[in-house]
Amino acid sequence: MTYKVFGKKDWAETLKAVRASYRVFVPVREGDFHNFRPLEDETIPNFDFFNTRLSPKSIVYPQSERMFECLTDPESPEKGVLKESAKDYTLQAIVGVRPCDAQAFQIVKRNFDNPEYSDPWWVRRFESTILIGLGCNAPCPTCFCSSVGGGPFDEGRLDVLLYDLGDKYAARGLTERGGEFISKLQGGNPADGKVMKEASALAAAANEKITSRLPSDKLGQKSVTALFNAPFWEEAAFSCINCGTCTFLCPTCWCFDIQDEVCGKQVDRIRNWDTCMSSLFTLEGSGHNPREKKFQRVRQRFMHKLKYYPDKFKNGVQCSGCGRCVRYCPVNIDIRQVAGLMNECEEK
Amino acid sequence: MRNPYLPYPVRIDEIITETEDKNLKTFKFVFMNPEDEKGFSYTPGQFAELSIAGKGEIPIGIASSPTEKGFVKFTVNKVGAVTGHLHYMSAGDTMGIRGPLGNWYPWEEMEGKNVVIIGGGFAFTTLRSSIIYMLHPDNRPRFRDITVVYGARTPGMLLYKDELAAWEKRDDIKMHITVDGTSDPEWKYNIGFVPAVTEKKITSAENAIAIVCGPPVMIRFTQPVLEKLGFPPERIILSLEMRMKCGIGKCGRCNIGEKYVCKDGPVFSLAQLKQLPPEY
Repeated sequence: MTYKVFGKKDWAETLKAVRASYRVFVPVREGDFHNFRPLEDETIPNFDFFNTRLSPKSIVYPQSERMFECLTDPESPEKGVLKESAKDYTLQAIVGVRPCDAQAFQIVKRNFDNPEYSDPWWVRRFESTILIGLGCNAPCPTCFCSSVGGGPFDEGRLDVLLYDLGDKYAARGLTERGGEFISKLQGGNPADGKVMKEASALAAAANEKITSRLPSDKLGQKSVTALFNAPFWEEAAFSCINCGTCTFLCPTCWCFDIQDEVCGKQVDRIRNWDTCMSSLFTLEGSGHNPREKKFQRVRQRFMHKLKYYPDKFKNGVQCSGCGRCVRYCPVNIDIRQVAGLMNECEEK
Repeated sequence: MRNPYLPYPVRIDEIITETEDKNLKTFKFVFMNPEDEKGFSYTPGQFAELSIAGKGEIPIGIASSPTEKGFVKFTVNKVGAVTGHLHYMSAGDTMGIRGPLGNWYPWEEMEGKNVVIIGGGFAFTTLRSSIIYMLHPDNRPRFRDITVVYGARTPGMLLYKDELAAWEKRDDIKMHITVDGTSDPEWKYNIGFVPAVTEKKITSAENAIAIVCGPPVMIRFTQPVLEKLGFPPERIILSLEMRMKCGIGKCGRCNIGEKYVCKDGPVFSLAQLKQLPPEY
């Protein structure tokens, strides 16, 4: 596979040149944080970050997306008949995606792309996206990717893995599409043995730096009703203010709402990210609400990620260990702690 | 593959006001593209999303039977934005339906068995579909005795009154219609709540399967009656409701544990539900 080294000095220009073939997204500093933004002429990419504040999920799965549209012209025989909205599936590259966020796409894929039903928009946009990962030389104390099937230099879900070697990046192609991306980058030199050794050492050192874990080894054997009825939920949820920051930032949360918007004669059917932290999420027309209480909604979030999803897909938890929900929760609810409670819960 | 979120365009062919409070209407839809009727091939117990551009979608059980050709029927209670608007639409108006969605009553398992149907209020819609389906000459020999307990608050709140009267006259289906109360001196059927009438009229669980569809309070009090009669949880079949959006197990809101009511349901046996968190 392609393995090349690029100097950091020209890195931004190197990426800009590849825009002829890809729509490129890069991390950009915005105030105290980083977020992924489309690479424009005036964009200043900044790869000096732990992770972006928002996950890159919106690049594949927009926060709001037009599904269908129509005109409500009373004269038209097609009045009220929805037609699929035009979509843009330009080949896109997310440069600098962390391995945890790349893994998150695979976790979400099991929901949107399975033999029963396939979500045409998510699937097609994911297929038009290549993931140019950036290994984590210095993981945060809130990172726990290595206990949920990933790692700071995990290659499994990437097309290219970049190693930050101080004054240069080593770019290792992991898939055919990744190799193609590297070959389209101008300049650069083939990686020699020294670089490769340096890169592997970096990865090994980073792995050791992750000490925080999400305990989940005993969850599989526990009955779903025992976990559901466990005594700790009200206490675990006590401080929650149902703000939805966790679900909004989570790269593996996929729930959505569908709403119709009307502007003059134009009707748009739009899907928007939704959150199970809101009581409206499950409020029924009759007034009945299966998850009326806050603790029920908090329980739903953790049960979904750590029990329902693993039981359903038999492929690990619905969490990639990015730690955003831990870092940004305004009341310090910590998924690692709740997972611990669940994992140690006594069956009655 | 067809986009699973895209509704089939339909025209409202007929609207029937079902109940005295005028809050329940039956809508008969005809597909605008005749080939879509084949695409919308359903089994009794399934539901669909009724779609009104500019208002939204609403999941409703299919009230017609696949043995009735050329149209599909839904009986809709007026509650929110979509159903409220639907109640003001007229025959000839166009809208959409998306489906069929979800699973169905366990027809294969019901073959050769006595079928007990217990319904309350406006949840009788997919039960109507089932009765029409079973009474079709092609299907009737597949089932043994068919017994129906159906209750509403008052005689005027019963759905499908003409059909109920016609079924009363048949000898291949046993009807037990009941109302909570009535001031009508001519009322010739039962008075009493569904669980009490069930207890009185259903005498045996032998080789029988029960389908129960109704408001939560009716289900709560009917369940022990059936269990006392000897129905095991595997042969008590329930159809659930939940707030839904996508209808295909993607949007995440109608889960009970790892199951989605829209995709893995809405039909569950009591035995299945006992394995799941009681969150519905």
